[in-house]
Amino acid sequence: MNGMHIAACCAAGLALFGTAVANAQTISRGQVIAATCYTCHGTHGVSPSDIPSIDYIPAERMIQTLKAYKTGTRYSTVMGRHSSGYSDEEIVETANYLASLQKKGK
Amino acid sequence: MTMSRISRRNFVKLMGAGGALSLFGLAGCETAPSKASGTSSAKAAPRVVVIGGGFGGATCAKYLRLYDPGLNVTLVEQNASYVTCPGSNWMLGGLRKIEDLTQNYDALRDKHGVDVVIDRVVGVDTAKRVVSLAGGKSLAYDRLVMSPGIDFRWGEIEGYDEAATLLMPHAWKAGPQTVLLQKQLHAMPDGGTFIMTAPPMPFRCPPGPPERASMVAHYFKTHKPKSKILILDAKDNFSKQALFMQAWDQLYPGMIEWVPVTSAGKVVRVDTATRTVHTANGSTEKGDVVNIIPAQRAASLAVATGLANDAGWCPVNQLTFESTKVPNVHVIGDSSVAGAMPKSGHTANNIAKMTAAAIVSLFRGVPPPQPSHVNTCYSLVSPDYGISIAAVYRLGEDGQLQGVKGAGGLSPANASSQQRAQEAGYAMGWHKGIVTDSFT
Repeated sequence: MNGMHIAACCAAGLALFGTAVANAQTISRGQVIAATCYTCHGTHGVSPSDIPSIDYIPAERMIQTLKAYKTGTRYSTVMGRHSSGYSDEEIVETANYLASLQKKGK
Repeated sequence: MTMSRISRRNFVKLMGAGGALSLFGLAGCETAPSKASGTSSAKAAPRVVVIGGGFGGATCAKYLRLYDPGLNVTLVEQNASYVTCPGSNWMLGGLRKIEDLTQNYDALRDKHGVDVVIDRVVGVDTAKRVVSLAGGKSLAYDRLVMSPGIDFRWGEIEGYDEAATLLMPHAWKAGPQTVLLQKQLHAMPDGGTFIMTAPPMPFRCPPGPPERASMVAHYFKTHKPKSKILILDAKDNFSKQALFMQAWDQLYPGMIEWVPVTSAGKVVRVDTATRTVHTANGSTEKGDVVNIIPAQRAASLAVATGLANDAGWCPVNQLTFESTKVPNVHVIGDSSVAGAMPKSGHTANNIAKMTAAAIVSLFRGVPPPQPSHVNTCYSLVSPDYGISIAAVYRLGEDGQLQGVKGAGGLSPANASSQQRAQEAGYAMGWHKGIVTDSFT
């Protein structure tokens, strides 16, 4: 291990979870949670089935919807059981990530 | 020095603390493996070899390339196509054909730039980091992902060996075995008895056995209504038990009998010639069709590579899914020990993505993201009666993936027929979704 490596290692080591600098090198929490949605809703939220696509939903609407599933004010078969596993902050990060995909054209 | 030499326990503790100093940067200090393989020249891009083209391996190969298109990713799978285990019970119910469940690796190769190698792995040299293939090739890797699935514990039921599976199919790896079981059910006379055994935990797809009984019951109800189903279970309870039993009473009254291990559920011997099974209690049952689902362990390749523990499964750091026994080898899918997560296609798909994210992060020398996983297991009791169990998983302070309290759970016991039908629709949508997400 040479000195340059050590410097690089330490720099990387100082990054904190949750406050990770917006860095192309970092896979964000929103991206990770969104990827768990894709198993049912399709990669990047483009659904191949009757399960709704989630790639086109503006972040605000997605946040409202997920929070309504979480509190039970909106009917669901399974989404209530899922959305109750996340903090409001995680819901915001995930909704923002999914909304950003649309802008980037994925 | 590589990260893999740091104690896993401390590693998880450090990462789990959130905000603690990261040691992940050290991964960036990895040196290229030796050129001992002879056939693979060193390349600038990190090399990942993924073994096994099921839900775990296919998803991991795809997401490695999605997360970092610069990676050199090779998927090794011994068969050119793959029949999904999820949905294979639906074949028995007449709802799907095997073609509907069969996947190939074209999209991984053509769309995602994965180097797909159809060949059989004969050995892994984890010191030199080289995978040897039956065709004579060797593949050098910086990191290896193993997703080899399960094998059976032959010998636990006297008389049940590989040859016996041609007479009493297990049909627990989808494909020719599923076709064979379906043929036997079709040939069975009305009024016959279908015997199936359910294995002890842990095993692939916990709700699979009762779903199979349900789908066979649907076939019987519509084609052979005088027939019976006998489930001999090596456990004293089963997944979604109350929901299944409620549905059986409603849809198939008197057709399905479930015998727990505490009664006479444990099968210790079979006689394929007479289609007879013998239980630990000394009782004997004769069937017209007999389906033995044997006890399971991690696939032999994982065991031969030194990845399995005494219980037969592969322990891993549940943050990165790197083996706790062999450095630079990640084990995902049914063969790994993934905390509280069940052995399901959904679990394999989710773990595969987190492992891809972790490997990309390790190569970049940045901390892997904190894991978040989901499992959703749908079961069809009839074509328009679906039930599910779901959970969200996080890494606990003890380094184990745990279900988030207050989330997840079962379909409600008092759901309307409309809700059951909705979940049946989602079950089929789920299959399309996971197949698309994993293979295309």
